[in-house]
Amino acid sequence: MSAATGAHTGTAPPDPHLEAPEARLETVTFGPDKPLRLDSGENLSPVTLAYNTYGELNADKSNAVLICHALTMDQHVANAHPQTGKPGWWLRMVGPGRTIDTDRFFVICPNVIGGCQGSSGPTETNPATGKPYGLDFPVITIADMVRAQAMLLDHLGIETLFCAIGGSMGGMQVLEWASAYPERVFSAIPMATAARHSAQNIAFHEVGRQAIMADPDWHGGTYLDHGTRPTKGLAVARMAAHITYLSETALFRKFDRNLQDRDTLTYDFGAPDFQIESYLRHQGMTFVDRFDANSYLYITRAMDYFDLAAVHGGVLANAFKGTKTRFCVVSFTSDWHYPTAYNKQIVHALIAAGANVSFVEIETDKGHDAFLLDEPVMDDTLAGFIASAARQRGLT
Amino acid sequence: MTLDTNTQTRIDLIAVADLVQEGSRVLDVGCGEGELLELLRDKRQVDGRGVELSQAGVNACVARGLSVVQGDADRDLGDYPDDSFDYVILSQTIQATRNPREVLGQMKRIGRRVVVSFPNFGHWKIRLQLLLSGRMPVTRTLADEWYDTPNIHLCTVRDFLDLCETEHLAIEKTLMLAGEKSWTEHNPGARANLRAEQAVFLLYRK
Repeated sequence: MSAATGAHTGTAPPDPHLEAPEARLETVTFGPDKPLRLDSGENLSPVTLAYNTYGELNADKSNAVLICHALTMDQHVANAHPQTGKPGWWLRMVGPGRTIDTDRFFVICPNVIGGCQGSSGPTETNPATGKPYGLDFPVITIADMVRAQAMLLDHLGIETLFCAIGGSMGGMQVLEWASAYPERVFSAIPMATAARHSAQNIAFHEVGRQAIMADPDWHGGTYLDHGTRPTKGLAVARMAAHITYLSETALFRKFDRNLQDRDTLTYDFGAPDFQIESYLRHQGMTFVDRFDANSYLYITRAMDYFDLAAVHGGVLANAFKGTKTRFCVVSFTSDWHYPTAYNKQIVHALIAAGANVSFVEIETDKGHDAFLLDEPVMDDTLAGFIASAARQRGLT
Repeated sequence: MTLDTNTQTRIDLIAVADLVQEGSRVLDVGCGEGELLELLRDKRQVDGRGVELSQAGVNACVARGLSVVQGDADRDLGDYPDDSFDYVILSQTIQATRNPREVLGQMKRIGRRVVVSFPNFGHWKIRLQLLLSGRMPVTRTLADEWYDTPNIHLCTVRDFLDLCETEHLAIEKTLMLAGEKSWTEHNPGARANLRAEQAVFLLYRK
């Protein structure tokens, strides 16, 4: 059967008509003179950011779009993934003539710190020991990720982003950007996201982390020194998380109780009886090929720590006081991971802060992953918002 | 000054737009697909925001480049800070709210001026229909049968005047509409209540 949806999965079926825009795969390292001050109080140095760019920066550097990626994605937003060869995770959104038009905008997508695609993270070498950081990598937050991205913009000479956009954890970064650097974000599109991680969100992440740490191949986080990888634990973490990205309706529609390559139950625990089991196992297995277990621990931790109101006196509106940024918040009806109610909390706070905000809830049965998928109404609203913001920004 | 617009634009929207000063900040509650906000943006250079209940309406607005949030006039006005708009407009919506008095109260808190337009249930045709047929009136401005109308709180011009009094709202300007005609009433009384198909009030806090 066809593996279903979702570039969370990295398996979004490529549209043969979609051409990948030309990508520049870049890396920048900030030396000891520019340490990254972390929320934990530690300094991270050196700091490396791997990032991809598409399109051309205009003369007054006013057409930059920052795409913030979700938990398990990376900087390869519109080009084929160098490891897996699969098309970019938001190729349908990013490219010439598409919603994020690479003929008009200079698109930047950095790998978050803590990630495993070239930015500073637990797989990179700790200069103090000459070995991979492992759990010696400092615990990072969403704000730390964004602070590192701000250093990247400084490096690129970009003062103000035309737009910061992202779904899920990408949306958290967008909110953090708009809150921490309001004057640097002209427009912001947080999608399918939350201003704080709920107990349920944390609970699912904790299941994933425990699965990884229970794998004997994890070796207390030093598996790279042991020449092993906790693939079983990481695959289970992925399976549990993947369920939260889909809606029950979508699961019913695609799998129901259909059996996998058989007509009767096996009365056994070996091969999968049900298609949904086979699907989840496949998701788990392919995930471990491109993702690092410790990165998964660090990034889920960062998401769990995210509570934008808490660092603003418990009032979310204070995070956006006096903001001039234009916001477009997008949620999806069947997203139970970051449901409409979470997104509406953001909208209410923005309204209370007197911000310029649009909010749309897209009717879909595709669950949390809908933001990555073919949703024509989402495309129309984003196109309308971006076109109007571009007019305001004086971009032609 | 009357707006120079194409004749396709609804006459009540033009009447409302005429009350709004150029370059002001406007919140349109129940903004539908954004016709009024677009008119205000394009002809009055207004910084406009909208609230709309229907998803289709909101999506249409945002696709048009308008700043609109999905929300409910009865529930979602509480978030807006005091005096955050020059005008808060309720165009052809008050009769569909659950609690018109509370909505009006929120509007006068949020806006320095309040604009309300509604179909006048005191219009002579409506009175006559009810008198002669003994059935709930169905007219051009109130086109739905009683069982599927969203209009659960219809009122007449006189009823509305009473509510303004109760809510301590002063009337700055009143426009009456019938067919393609519109006129100003300085002190709308029984005659206006008979003649007007629709009424537009510009109000402020007493």
